[in-house]
Amino acid sequence: MQEAISFTPQVAASGIAQILWLIPAVPIVASGVIALLKQPKRRTAATLAIGSLGFSLLLAMAAFGHVLAGWSHGAAVRETVNFTWIQFGSTNVDLGWVLDPLSAVMLVMVTFVGLLIFIYSTGYMAHDENFTRFFCFLSLFAGAMLGVVIANSLLLLFMCWELVGLTSYLLIGFWYFKPSAAAAAKKAFMTTRVGDVFFLLGIVWLFSGTGTLLFYNGGAGSMEATALGGLLAQHAGWGLTAAGAIGLLIFAGAAGKSGQFPLHVWLPDAMEGPTPVSALIHAATMVAAGVYLIARVYPLMSAGAQMHGGLLGTTTALTVVTWVGAFTAVFASLIAVAQNDIKRILAYSTVAQLGYMMAGLGMGGVAVGMFHLIAHAFFKALLFMGAGSVIHGAHEEQDVRKMGGLWSEMPWTFGTYAIGTLALCGVPILFSGFWSKDAILESAHGWTVSQIPYYMLVFGAVLTAFYMTRQVSYVFFGQWRGHGHAHESPKVMTTPLAILAFFAVALGAIGTPAWPWFRSFLNGVPAEGDLHAFAEPAWLMLLASSCVIVIVGIGLGWLLYGNKATNAEAPDVLEAAAPLPWKWLQDRLYMDELYGATVIAFYGWWAKVADWLDRRVWGGAVSAVAWLTGLGAELNRFLDANVVNGAFDKGCEELSTGGGLLSQIQSGRVQSYLRILALGIVALVAILIWSRV
Amino acid sequence: MNPLAGYLLVAALLFAIGLAGALTRRNAILVLIGIELMLNAANLNLIAFWRYGPHPEALTGMMFAIFSIAVAAAEAAVGLGLVISIHRHAKTTDLDAMNRMKG
Repeated sequence: MQEAISFTPQVAASGIAQILWLIPAVPIVASGVIALLKQPKRRTAATLAIGSLGFSLLLAMAAFGHVLAGWSHGAAVRETVNFTWIQFGSTNVDLGWVLDPLSAVMLVMVTFVGLLIFIYSTGYMAHDENFTRFFCFLSLFAGAMLGVVIANSLLLLFMCWELVGLTSYLLIGFWYFKPSAAAAAKKAFMTTRVGDVFFLLGIVWLFSGTGTLLFYNGGAGSMEATALGGLLAQHAGWGLTAAGAIGLLIFAGAAGKSGQFPLHVWLPDAMEGPTPVSALIHAATMVAAGVYLIARVYPLMSAGAQMHGGLLGTTTALTVVTWVGAFTAVFASLIAVAQNDIKRILAYSTVAQLGYMMAGLGMGGVAVGMFHLIAHAFFKALLFMGAGSVIHGAHEEQDVRKMGGLWSEMPWTFGTYAIGTLALCGVPILFSGFWSKDAILESAHGWTVSQIPYYMLVFGAVLTAFYMTRQVSYVFFGQWRGHGHAHESPKVMTTPLAILAFFAVALGAIGTPAWPWFRSFLNGVPAEGDLHAFAEPAWLMLLASSCVIVIVGIGLGWLLYGNKATNAEAPDVLEAAAPLPWKWLQDRLYMDELYGATVIAFYGWWAKVADWLDRRVWGGAVSAVAWLTGLGAELNRFLDANVVNGAFDKGCEELSTGGGLLSQIQSGRVQSYLRILALGIVALVAILIWSRV
Repeated sequence: MNPLAGYLLVAALLFAIGLAGALTRRNAILVLIGIELMLNAANLNLIAFWRYGPHPEALTGMMFAIFSIAVAAAEAAVGLGLVISIHRHAKTTDLDAMNRMKG
């Protein structure tokens, strides 16, 4: 289902492309200024952060408009600005940024969702004493993420990628005084680092293979035909070309960042951070960076694919991406069913949806994966912020069993949350989630390699509808089972929810089969509206299957949980029915325990070995050297005291005696001197005479 | 016995007298006079060796002697100056009394 993409060659970068760097730079500078502010300067910090991101949003809109204008004139815009960063001999390391449909769409999404979440944060974090620090980190994150988006160089992308990882660490551990938050921050940082090591290897390999890390450089970039041809000609072993191997390495980095199995373990724990962080970083933007990365290096991932009647076939790298994505989707959805923490359910849902995006990229190409990314960013940010609103209103309670009946107490939150839920479930026609998920299922259905991913994704979709219904039933229906009295959140929090809810619905309009505007825009082909696409039997079949998925999922969920729960301590319906599998799922299928028993246990053992070596072997050696040195010093002291000093003292004494003797000659009587002089002369003369004889 | 030997004998005698005077006298002025005698013995030798040497026509020896006399005159002036200075301080010209430079 992948369409061959053709872009017009690079034209001179326009004014907006020239100043594209301002989009990430302004929030980063704002973050630096906020870092210098004093803690009570809350209003200044929030104004700076929101103002800078608002400025970035305006610029991003302008950039998007520029790309749109170029596209409507029939030319797909791809403008790059490159410059040399470091020169080693004759090798250049270039950095640069790129403005094309992909980066333009991401820029607008990140700045827009980010801005809403910033505004929401001013309400959510209103009582936190580290308000300014929070906005400093948030602003730095936004800048770094925008840097990832505009990067035209894998190296620049990697730098921003790591900055994003750093801010993620800082924000997960924002409440560092909670041990669980500190541990989650460390876990997130180290797990993503595993992926990043592979990513870095891929970068190095790509650089040695093509001599450049720029994506597009007027024909000389690493994502362009010449370089890719060279990489395809190299064999990396195991039947892979160099292009495929590099693609897999980069995918490992993307899997770490986007929480793909088996590196997904950090993402649910990352929910220890403040809820706006979960919404911004761990749902809408940062975790999508992995998906975006795959979309960005898509030419590399799909290099060597055979054409089948105008559609690209698949490659090893894309196949791996597909299988990992599909497996992650099912795996995480299963776990999400049995979780009780409102944010944890959403976290596993995010992992699953990222799996969908990966699968969409693997089977359907850039547009399919990216459409789900954008749609998901809106409705998942909405859900997380809704969850934050619920937590806020329910007095910091996160356990869904201890909520209930909130629909009447929090009407705005309930309404928007319901829209987000329906979008995530993929309720047909009305919601953006349907159109984006539908596109993925459609491409999975048409995938030539195997039909199994299709069924996996369908199963995942049923589970999604099921666990979201379970969550909404627990939270908003039934009786209030918590403590205190729940209250609606302030306007500053509900307004962003309403705006996001609008987009969760409206975004679907740009990705329908009848008017595939988004896909055409990304692929740089003219968009044509054709209402007959709605009448095609294949699509109607998919629509029907989607209806069945949603009805089964939501129906089952409502049947089991709707208005049922009355007691926070009562066991879950499914738990009562099947305690053992429920326990497995609730314990997250023991992935953490598996890591604990293997990787962490190995490192623990290794640390013990190193500790023993340190203490016994290296420490012993150091001690021995120290003891020997001490011994040598002792010997030296003895020699000094007895031999050297003695000899010196004796010599001095002798000199003194000799001097005393000699000084007697110096009587001060001139004539006695003269006498000695005369005796000397006589002696000399005598010697002279005798030597002559 | 050629004339040179005679001169040399006279010079040696003169030197010995001068040396004896310089070593035995206690009066600083008399020691100076002894030194002058030794110097003049040397001058006599210079003149004698020049006069009976291989190149009597070149005035080398005489030049040497005149320089020596001039230097001796300067030396005598310095010496007498020292003696006067010492006499002012110590009210004596006895050399044995002047042992303040004893080590």
